[in-house]
Amino acid sequence: MTEHVHKNCEELLGSLSAYIDGDLPPELCQELEKHLAGCNDCRVVLNTTRRTIDLVHSPLEKSDLPEDVRERLFKRLNLDNYLTPKPK
Amino acid sequence: MDKTMLNDISLEALIAGDRAEFAHLVDTYSSPIYRLGLRMLGNSQDAEDVLQNTFINALTHIQNFEGRSSLATWLYRIASNEALMLIRKKKPEVNLEDVQGGDEDEDLRPTQFVDWSALPEDELLSGEGKKFLDEAIRTLPESLRIVFLLRDVEGLSIKETAEALSLTETNVKTRLLRARMYLREGLSIYYGERFIR
Repeated sequence: MTEHVHKNCEELLGSLSAYIDGDLPPELCQELEKHLAGCNDCRVVLNTTRRTIDLVHSPLEKSDLPEDVRERLFKRLNLDNYLTPKPK
Repeated sequence: MDKTMLNDISLEALIAGDRAEFAHLVDTYSSPIYRLGLRMLGNSQDAEDVLQNTFINALTHIQNFEGRSSLATWLYRIASNEALMLIRKKKPEVNLEDVQGGDEDEDLRPTQFVDWSALPEDELLSGEGKKFLDEAIRTLPESLRIVFLLRDVEGLSIKETAEALSLTETNVKTRLLRARMYLREGLSIYYGERFIR
């Protein structure tokens, strides 16, 4: 695997996260996009970083609270009277 | 966390001590808080302790809630503190400085340039893939992990994450970048070896 040695890449790397969050000032956005258009490695870093974030948001990643944990929580809070079936 | 969750919870009723409303609050937020505890501590017993302590704390202090942050951010703040306190209790070597640190200017340069981003989600998260992702998140240092979980898993904004953790927004952004780069690098090695070659 070759090391990523483009001169601007390291400087722009710091902006990548803010770019993904839509939090980068327009002039820096433009600069980054110009660089991305000509740098395959940086495009891969951007795409795979976005995908990494998507994966942790995936519905496959979400898990509901186990019912026994919910019951113990309600009891601990003296909320037993409100322990109705969990609304969907 | 879904911002619409708060729409049908009455802060006035909570402050007035309405038990039914508090039960509603518990049902609304217990899943994400349990998930946060599970990912921070790595086991269900500790996650349950974080969950219970968070709501006991919330019940005790709801009358003092001043509304400077949203109710969700306030709950995440309590939960994060509970999780970090439990980590420090279990691993005394993780002191306050370690948890507050994590902004060192270390090398973030990527070394993996395999593009696995177009692979289908069910392949990426099938069995072993999901285990690897969970494990990669678990190996993040606590100070980066909590930021990543609040921002990227639970969906708090940078500002809300900063409020929940008493950090500056700049701190949050720095840690988030480091966490994302660390995870991306690990996943690129993993998926590159399995799916691309």
